[in-house]
Amino acid sequence: MNGIALILRVLRDGETELAEGLLATGQRHRAEHEIFHVSTDLAQWSREHAQRIAEAIEREDHARPEEASGPHSDLVPRSQNREPRPERACSQPALLLLRDLRDLHLGASANSLYWEMLAQAAQARTDTRLLSLVSACHPQTVRQMRWTNTMIKSLAPQLLTNL
Amino acid sequence: MDPSTDRIAHPWGGRTPYAPHEPWPVRVDTHLADGVRTGEVQRWVQAASLLHSDGDAMDIAVKDDRIVGVRGRAGDRVNHGRLGPKDLFGWQANASPDRLTRPLIRRQGRLVEVDWPTAMGAVVAQSKELLDEQGPGSIGFYTSGQLFLEEYYTLAVMARAGIGTNHLDGNTRLCTATAGEALKQSFGCDGQPGTYDDIDHADVIALFGHNIAETQPVQWMRMLDRLAGTEPPRLLCVDPRPTPVARAASIHLAPRSGTNVALLNALLHEIIRTGRTDPAFIAAHTVGYEELTENVKDCTPAWASSICDVPAARIGEAAELVGSAERLLSTVLQGVYQSHQATAAAVQINNLHLIRGMLGRPGAGVLQMNGQPTAQNTRECGANGDLPGFRNWENDEHVADLAEVWNVEPGSIPHYAPPTPAMQMFRYAEQGSIRMLWISGTNPAVSLPELSRMRSILAQDRLFVVTQDLFLTETAQLADVVLPAATWGEKTGTFTNADRTVHLSDKAVEPPGDSRPDLDIFLDYAARMGFRDKDGGPLVHWADPESAFEAWKHCSAGRPCDYTGLTYRQLRGSTGIQWPCNEQAPNGTARLYTHGITWAHPDVCESYGKDLITGAADSVVEYRSLNPDGKATIRPGEYLPPHEVPSEDYPFQLTTGRTLYHFHTRTKTGRVPQLNAAAPEVWVEISANDAVELRLDEGDLVEVATPRGAIRGRLRVTGIRPGLLFVPFHYGYWDTPGGYRPEADTTGRAANETTITDWDPVSKQPVFKTAAAKLTCIESSDGRVSPAPTTTASAPVEGSHLPPTSGGVPAHSTQEVDRETEVNG
Ligand code: SF4
Repeated sequence: MNGIALILRVLRDGETELAEGLLATGQRHRAEHEIFHVSTDLAQWSREHAQRIAEAIEREDHARPEEASGPHSDLVPRSQNREPRPERACSQPALLLLRDLRDLHLGASANSLYWEMLAQAAQARTDTRLLSLVSACHPQTVRQMRWTNTMIKSLAPQLLTNL
Repeated sequence: MDPSTDRIAHPWGGRTPYAPHEPWPVRVDTHLADGVRTGEVQRWVQAASLLHSDGDAMDIAVKDDRIVGVRGRAGDRVNHGRLGPKDLFGWQANASPDRLTRPLIRRQGRLVEVDWPTAMGAVVAQSKELLDEQGPGSIGFYTSGQLFLEEYYTLAVMARAGIGTNHLDGNTRLCTATAGEALKQSFGCDGQPGTYDDIDHADVIALFGHNIAETQPVQWMRMLDRLAGTEPPRLLCVDPRPTPVARAASIHLAPRSGTNVALLNALLHEIIRTGRTDPAFIAAHTVGYEELTENVKDCTPAWASSICDVPAARIGEAAELVGSAERLLSTVLQGVYQSHQATAAAVQINNLHLIRGMLGRPGAGVLQMNGQPTAQNTRECGANGDLPGFRNWENDEHVADLAEVWNVEPGSIPHYAPPTPAMQMFRYAEQGSIRMLWISGTNPAVSLPELSRMRSILAQDRLFVVTQDLFLTETAQLADVVLPAATWGEKTGTFTNADRTVHLSDKAVEPPGDSRPDLDIFLDYAARMGFRDKDGGPLVHWADPESAFEAWKHCSAGRPCDYTGLTYRQLRGSTGIQWPCNEQAPNGTARLYTHGITWAHPDVCESYGKDLITGAADSVVEYRSLNPDGKATIRPGEYLPPHEVPSEDYPFQLTTGRTLYHFHTRTKTGRVPQLNAAAPEVWVEISANDAVELRLDEGDLVEVATPRGAIRGRLRVTGIRPGLLFVPFHYGYWDTPGGYRPEADTTGRAANETTITDWDPVSKQPVFKTAAAKLTCIESSDGRVSPAPTTTASAPVEGSHLPPTSGGVPAHSTQEVDRETEVNG
């Protein structure tokens, strides 16, 4: 499989996972109203990204059919493992919230790096279609990262000093 | 003009038409208590209105040490002598027999009277214990939009540097937070760019979600007078209800609730497409125009039409109207601020002005309005989630500068995170990390969303609630300590209206019983807590309103809201004065940004900007690279669907709002006979189409329910947009057997039983306009009619022949046109 196709697949998975993560975080913290509403809105972005990447994968496979069925490379690890984790470290809902936000932040950051790689590759291959996909989606990924960062920054002082 | 008019039946009084660029004629409105004649008034004491954000200047009539009426101040730049119905009658609430006169403390579950030392002792003991045990983050302050500047400033110093807490906000969060935020996003700093005088000059006035006829009636009189004169302005009204503004407008758009951003993006799209921008202004004064163009590229009227449910052709006409204006004035209020995507929408209105170059000259202005009379003061004094003097909490130099003003270490002013907004404070209280909440001059048990949740938060044992108010409000009934406060007319202080006009309001009479001015209560607390500066001197080193004002002047020096040129003496003059007022502008400043954008430079700006969708903060580095020279920032915002939309179970959209005769939780206005009689009970508005379809009629008793709660009221059939219900907010329970909640086994009447807990992620202002609801008929009218006024947006559909709202003899007030007085300003 060519490198671009590979990254596209990883990123599709990453965006799908982030969408699920955002929704799950929102549901888990429904009483944190801002988290609930905004994460639900932002999940929609990742869902759309995954959808558009899937279309790009199809185009890629179409263009290079012989590579499409190549083996999944282990060189690129899956971005995040979203198996529900044991709650032991975080029996406090406040800590659980911070941990969930941290996970979302890391998920979005990983996706952002993959978008970066794609952008570079698209430029190297002068692939304008791919480049326009990246420029449509990557800024939103960055905004997801900034949001989790801002929420952590605002909430951490109160949540950590008043346990 | 009829010299004596029923001002309940004719809320805006008689017309004094005038032409563009002419001064608005003076008309002096007076209302005196029954049987009191002008000659018998012993003293006239200067004040301004405390029942909306206009700041109508008035004199309080005093006889035998009692307030007996009010008269508009002829020479004042804001109202030219006029008063609205709330101004004319509202003062009577001061003398209500159920005023609090002694402090109360909860003992064995009951509030009992105590003396001041006992009450304050309890508050201080609780504060000290919490500070020791848990630290400053366990104490929060929630204040009003109705105290005076001196009081907010004192509270801000006390909370931020004395306690050291980040939890201080005003209920202006519910009405004005978005105005302030939108100004910061576009201009780098808060502060109203325009002035009310722009009404005299504009050729097009666009009112976005702003039913000014009911929220700021005196400025509506000004618009009506222009409409009655030669070369009247054309009005664009964006409002889902058939408001008086809508009826007077050339174009009325009634979009689906929660879709303002889509509509505004379509207007911007059209203006750009038809080349009605001002490229020279854009180049000289803004950054970000390309991003906006990109963002609205596909936002055609046809696209918006399907989202907003407004015909595309009408959107085109609206764009034509605002696009062809030579002097465009836009005004904005709750229909934008309390709705979905509040800040994103408000900022698009700023963008409209920026790309059309409609700023900084007569008639070309934006009024991002305030709901409450002293909302501006909470913002500038830092009692609302900003730092005093519009300082930027992320800019270390600004914090250091503030620390110098207060003579404290910068580290003792919390600035590690943004100041906590009100809704988040209540969440912290719910979770138990805030353990003491001091609520001054506001009534969250009626005014915040999802009231059953609010009541359960306030009623918690582990939360120590202090309330400071005039009456035993719904909130006070849940408190642990109740402090009786003096109000307008019983204390002295200054306040600043929505167009930056500072007024002085003097004490006219003594407060009842042992009640004390809010300033005295705060000063007492500061003294008992022993707050010190870094040299061991008292942190709060002033003792009365005037010295507090002087302290504030020092804090405001060199900041956009510079008060250094003002004195109490000067403010006791004929007219209010607009800040900044300093050596360079000794008579005040009518318009900001007359020579370019002045407070957006990275070194001086109040905020580095936020993402309009997520609320995420931009960093100083980004801001510097985006806007190195400190121009206005054009920030695009993409449309997102509202968070709660109609479904099979909840087929209607529900919106709530303020109406003409009442103000904040009816604490005062509900105790005023003329105002209360004009709209004594909650009601429900429905469109004629929906009423026919559901076979409902005027006066039917209906229940409106959402997933959070329900209310009952009688139905009024109006020209509101189909699919939408309207319920006036802030009918509470103090005047019902339930006291602070619906009586057991009955349905509530406070609109906020039903509203959703959701807020704009940028301004943190709660959303009161987009719930989904169902409607059930409980009993048919049997000839009864709804208590909704017929004079306002709740006017019945044509042909209904309902008895018109009137106030009769008790509502008669005089209005005299005065051709002599010259108005400064
Ligand atoms: S009534 Fe509510 S929205 Fe209006 S000014 Fe008061 S707090 Fe603000």
